Amino acid sequence: MSIKKVHDKQPKNFEFTSENLETANKILNNYPKKNKKSAVMPLLYLAQKQNNNWIPLAALKYIGKFLSMPYIKVYEIATFYTMYNLAPVGKYFIQVCTTSPCLLRGAGKIVKSCQNKISQNQNEVSENGMCSWTEVECLGACVNAPMMQVNHGYYEDLDSESVDKILDSFLKDNPIKPGSSRNRTNTAPENNKINGVNNA
Amino acid sequence: MLKEEDKIFKNLYNQFGWDINASLKRGDWSNTKDLISKGKDWIINEIKLSELRGRGGAGFPTGVKWSFAPKKVGSRPHYLVINADESEPGTCKDRDILRFEPQKLIEGCLISAFAVSAHVCYIYIRGEYINEGQRLQKAIDEAYEKKLIGKNACNSGWDLDIYIHYGAGAYICGEETALLESLEGNKGQPRLKPPFPALVGLYGCPTIVNNVETVSVIPTILRKGGKWFASMGRPKNTGTKIFCISGNVNNPCNVEEEMGVPLKYLIEKHAGGVVGGWKNLQAVIPGGSSMPLLPKDVCETIKMDFDSLVAAKSGLGTAGIVVINKDQDIIKCMARIARFYKHESCGQCTPCREGSGWMWRILERIAKGEATKDDIKLLSEVTKQIEGHTICAFGEGSAWPVQGLLRHFSKEIDKRCFSEPTIKKKRKIPYLVDQHLLESKDA
Repeated sequence: MSIKKVHDKQPKNFEFTSENLETANKILNNYPKKNKKSAVMPLLYLAQKQNNNWIPLAALKYIGKFLSMPYIKVYEIATFYTMYNLAPVGKYFIQVCTTSPCLLRGAGKIVKSCQNKISQNQNEVSENGMCSWTEVECLGACVNAPMMQVNHGYYEDLDSESVDKILDSFLKDNPIKPGSSRNRTNTAPENNKINGVNNA
Repeated sequence: MLKEEDKIFKNLYNQFGWDINASLKRGDWSNTKDLISKGKDWIINEIKLSELRGRGGAGFPTGVKWSFAPKKVGSRPHYLVINADESEPGTCKDRDILRFEPQKLIEGCLISAFAVSAHVCYIYIRGEYINEGQRLQKAIDEAYEKKLIGKNACNSGWDLDIYIHYGAGAYICGEETALLESLEGNKGQPRLKPPFPALVGLYGCPTIVNNVETVSVIPTILRKGGKWFASMGRPKNTGTKIFCISGNVNNPCNVEEEMGVPLKYLIEKHAGGVVGGWKNLQAVIPGGSSMPLLPKDVCETIKMDFDSLVAAKSGLGTAGIVVINKDQDIIKCMARIARFYKHESCGQCTPCREGSGWMWRILERIAKGEATKDDIKLLSEVTKQIEGHTICAFGEGSAWPVQGLLRHFSKEIDKRCFSEPTIKKKRKIPYLVDQHLLESKDA
């Protein structure tokens, strides 16, 4: 369960764009006709994508009607799962993994960099409106620790230097490509030819 | 060490390319039609013979699980659900399969779906793996194009449709019944078992839920034979396994090895050793954060398989190995894990919802040196109140790591819990209001 703040300034109306409406109807086909409630999670993602990466309450009502679900059921789901943002986030939404495997390899330094460069507190949009950051639980890239996720991309094998460089690139709206910060081959061991893989 | 030709995931690091043509060259889909034509009973029997155990954490024999599905499809359709909600701290093996060996997974889905009479397969991927999910979707589209899945898949006469469903950041959805709830469009809160999903699962229909790695090894087992798979490791702990070695090692990595490989070998040979040398090792979490840690002397000799680790009062879990060296504060590290469980408890059962917070706060107090002498006993008591008193295994998952810490690092904890309790026994003020506890001597 996550504690979530619902944004205080809510738009009055929400509707899928015609393109998203088509996508939504396609999503419905993935599930049996009488179980269209299953589509609530993908539709919430769709609404989030349409509305600058956060979901207004009007969208929850809209989706509730769309799927013939009570509003409260949709609200329940939007608040239960951590990945639905109910308040605006930066254009680049930075999620720093701080669970033990990342912590052991220095996730604390990444958090500090975020505090220095973006905002002192989590979930605050930076002064130029580009970035916001938050601590999250394990993102499932433990052998590439420490790491962070920015929008869809995983930035792996970080240290203070590379984090600063990456954060600067977001603040300037000119993002560096995701992946290992030292060009490592995915999850292969480095400096080690035991698996027949040559690594820089 | 595992021979190169016995490796199942040859493209684990994407040395050879992930797309369908590269996969076909590696032998995926080479004789799927023949395998299917041998029939359900042959497939299930071969998997039983291989003694394959689920790779998702619980280690339940896969062949046995499949045989729980009703033999004949009644009025309700059967479903196959793949659990790709990999969220256990220390584990990142499924991510590599989704990214680099998607065709192994898709082929496994077809064979498994046939074996359990399902025409629809849902793959539940954690929401954070959006890039991996899009990669898998591309692979699924490629497979549809080549008519490997869809209507009359591979000319086998079996129809199969595969859909991807994204989670949204809830660890608990890795529990199979919570996953099904989430897939149905509810909060991910586990269901009581029985009835088991094999009889009453998704939408109330018979459903088999398998982990990504389990399903992905199935085509290879059937091609090379159950006996080949069973020849690796030891009885009931057979085959190969992807180990994820993270934490304080020189070269953290994912690696496929034979089941039962010594832990020391994995760390020294594959992961380049502990940072600061083997003598600097403090403890190892052998199977993802839910499994109790192992102290250094156990790490010297322990073999990484289900039964050896259970004998050492831990477990193989997902085989996510987290190495902790002596530069780290072990109590802080475990307090962070307790915080993880506090954050991720779904809130359905009181012992877990409240207890996970208790454990975290007590451990934080101990880490800061603010704990009292009573806190050790209280902590141990709380873990026992959670364990076995919850609907799903998450309760054990949160209590076990703390119990492991208490078991192996009691000296370290004693050192930090020195202040006198706020309420002393002499004053005879009970600090718990439960009447039955007042009767015991030390209430």
